[in-house]
Amino acid sequence: MLKRLSVFVVTLVAGAVALGGEVMADKYLATPWQMGFQEPRSPSAEQIFAFHDLLLYIEVAIVLFVLAIMAYIIVKFNSKANPVPSKNTHNTLLEVVWTVVPILILVVIAVPSLKLLYFTDRTENPELTIKVTGNQWYWTYEYPDNNAIEFDSIIVADDELEEGQPRMLTVDNALVLPVNTNIRILLATNDVIHNFAMPSLGLKLDTTPGRANETWVSINDEGTYYGMCSELCGVSHGFMPVQIEAVSKEAFNEWLVGAEEEFGSNDSFTDEVVKFASAISQ
Amino acid sequence: MAHDDHKPGFAKRWLMSTNHKDIGTLYIILAIAAAIIGGGMSMFIRLELMEPGTQYIQDFQLYNVLVTAHGFLMVFFVVMPAMIGGFGNWFVPLMIGAPDMAFPRLNNISFWLTAAGLIMLVLAGLTGGGPGTGWTVYPPLASADFHPDAAVDFAILSLHLAGAASILGAANFITTILNMRAPGMTIHRMPLFVWAILVTAVLLLLALPVLAGALTMLLTDRNFGTSFFIVDGGGDPLLWQHLFWFFGHPEVYIIILPAFGIISQIVSTFSKKPVFGYLGMAYAMCAIGVVGFVVWAHHMYMTGLDVDTRAYFTAATLVIAVPTGVKIFSWLATMWGGSIDFKTPMLYAFGFIWLFVVGGVTGVTLANAGMDTAFHDTYFVVAHFHYVMAIAAIFAMFGGFFYWIGKMCGRQYNEAMGKVQFWIFFIGVNVLFFPQHFSGMAGMPRRIPDYPDAYAGWNYVSSIGALITLVGTILFLWIAYRTVTSGEKADANPWGEGATTLEWTVDSPAPFHTHEIMPDMTGKAPAE
Repeated sequence: MLKRLSVFVVTLVAGAVALGGEVMADKYLATPWQMGFQEPRSPSAEQIFAFHDLLLYIEVAIVLFVLAIMAYIIVKFNSKANPVPSKNTHNTLLEVVWTVVPILILVVIAVPSLKLLYFTDRTENPELTIKVTGNQWYWTYEYPDNNAIEFDSIIVADDELEEGQPRMLTVDNALVLPVNTNIRILLATNDVIHNFAMPSLGLKLDTTPGRANETWVSINDEGTYYGMCSELCGVSHGFMPVQIEAVSKEAFNEWLVGAEEEFGSNDSFTDEVVKFASAISQ
Repeated sequence: MAHDDHKPGFAKRWLMSTNHKDIGTLYIILAIAAAIIGGGMSMFIRLELMEPGTQYIQDFQLYNVLVTAHGFLMVFFVVMPAMIGGFGNWFVPLMIGAPDMAFPRLNNISFWLTAAGLIMLVLAGLTGGGPGTGWTVYPPLASADFHPDAAVDFAILSLHLAGAASILGAANFITTILNMRAPGMTIHRMPLFVWAILVTAVLLLLALPVLAGALTMLLTDRNFGTSFFIVDGGGDPLLWQHLFWFFGHPEVYIIILPAFGIISQIVSTFSKKPVFGYLGMAYAMCAIGVVGFVVWAHHMYMTGLDVDTRAYFTAATLVIAVPTGVKIFSWLATMWGGSIDFKTPMLYAFGFIWLFVVGGVTGVTLANAGMDTAFHDTYFVVAHFHYVMAIAAIFAMFGGFFYWIGKMCGRQYNEAMGKVQFWIFFIGVNVLFFPQHFSGMAGMPRRIPDYPDAYAGWNYVSSIGALITLVGTILFLWIAYRTVTSGEKADANPWGEGATTLEWTVDSPAPFHTHEIMPDMTGKAPAE
């Protein structure tokens, strides 16, 4: 076991070295021995990150406060140091204080908490809409605004991985999204409840049968983002990762041209209906 | 003292028992048996997760079944039977000066329904592919389309039996506590453990029928063509989640309130002081019980609930921190100025407070719907609820066991061994669960049989913690065995001046019949 532990220490060092290099720079996923959040790469994730800092300061202070009292009690009020116990069982002021002070702390927490909640909920002016559908056990991505591009995104098996592709996180067709764009994400499912999650983008929402759930994202940086299904959805729940390729707007438009050809709807009748419908709406 | 200590023969005594002490003993034996199965499953899980890749469990449905059964067993067949059925049955009548429970035969039915439920759950695990739904049994995964064999039906029937047992037990406790207190033992003089069981029983009585209804709806969805939770037939899977968590959230207080009661007794006894702020402590538990019924949807932040609904549940959930804070501070204030003996139960009380504070502050984090975007379904949640509820409850149970074993079996545990066991167990659970905060923050989802390689480090540490915990658990079983078979004879009151409640006024072991003449508490100091 010691040997294994040493292997992990080596991995840790190697991971730290790799982090400094260019190779890892555009991949956003957890690193070995990580103790905190993944770096935030969207406005929502940045706010979650900042709010958690506030929470952590308050909570660490509370835990240390309680520990300090416990330590004091252990030293001062053990049966040797204090053979005769006091009979003090009431102190109204003290009881009021330890009720009111927590309430004040909770108010300090609640205000930014609700701001964060409403900010992350949805976007007013989406520039792009995509639809994500959960299946046992893969994701289907659709771009309804762009010739109904639709494709499945399935995990790449361990023995088919290429150099630099992380295990359990790599898919055949990643979701391609432009950076710095307000993207509306609609979520649906074809079978059970799944959860579309991307830690570094502050994204997470269930795909609930019978509902179209909505959330949004705006990605700050180009690169590859990795996440995993986050609601138990059956045997292969652990093996339906989310992979997002964030590219510049220009590159995204170029990708769309090829993708429409490869994944778009070739049904000309549908095209006619869409054109007709948009003509009417104008 | 007891002029008639006649005990019936073995079969009559143990199979048809109507004696609260014997039924309590049966519950504790059942809980230990279930804990060995359920704990063994968690060891299997931790061994599988010790390194990335597949170690022992090739069949991922089996992994999901282990996760599910571990949850069911620990909640319904370990903590609840041990705390409420075991310690509750044993010590509520003793503490209030009653000769037995109000309905002794009902008490017997409660136990045997629980035992039948345990057998049904084992059958569920052995049927077909087993229930791989998680203990929350969310449809549509739990529907006939995705779990076609009878495993989920067995699990549903198991919960039905355990639930019925708990409802009957709750009615029994409420009646006993309200009607059978000794003269002078007013409501505001009851020991806090009795208060805790009273509030718990009320929660059980209100929450479990909702679970029973939901389970029945799921059963008919699966077998008789109804569609309460099936979208195609006009149903809604979110209805299940609302009903389940309307039960499920009070359920976590059902687990932790008796623990509060035990810790209050221990802290007061070993500090040699009455509980500080007794009324505040009692009504804090009532407040936790009431608020516990209006916060259920904080388990559902990620289901697509309306944002205003999430805002309400965030605010309501944060409120729970206030009465739980009162409890923590009151325990500390009880110790303050005390003359503390650091016997094993008191070490467990300190350990409980540490676990509950750490799990409590992460609970404040998770109460925020906005933060749940980062934490929902990650190992952070696993760390949180094991700290605040699961392991904290186990600490209270171990503390209660060491505190009361002398009264229950007439023999005292070995103090040095008890302390060694505490330290091994305390270190084990912290090494096991603390790193899971890190894995969770880094984004590792729960309920997965394998994980991306980056999470290997902390998972390895966590599994080492599990092995340490296993050593502590085996040592506990050994101490329990040695105590019962060859421990030193226990005095009626082994703890001295701090132990003021009525169970310490009867012999050790407590005679078959106790309080045949009701003790008169009129004018005596409050029993807290």
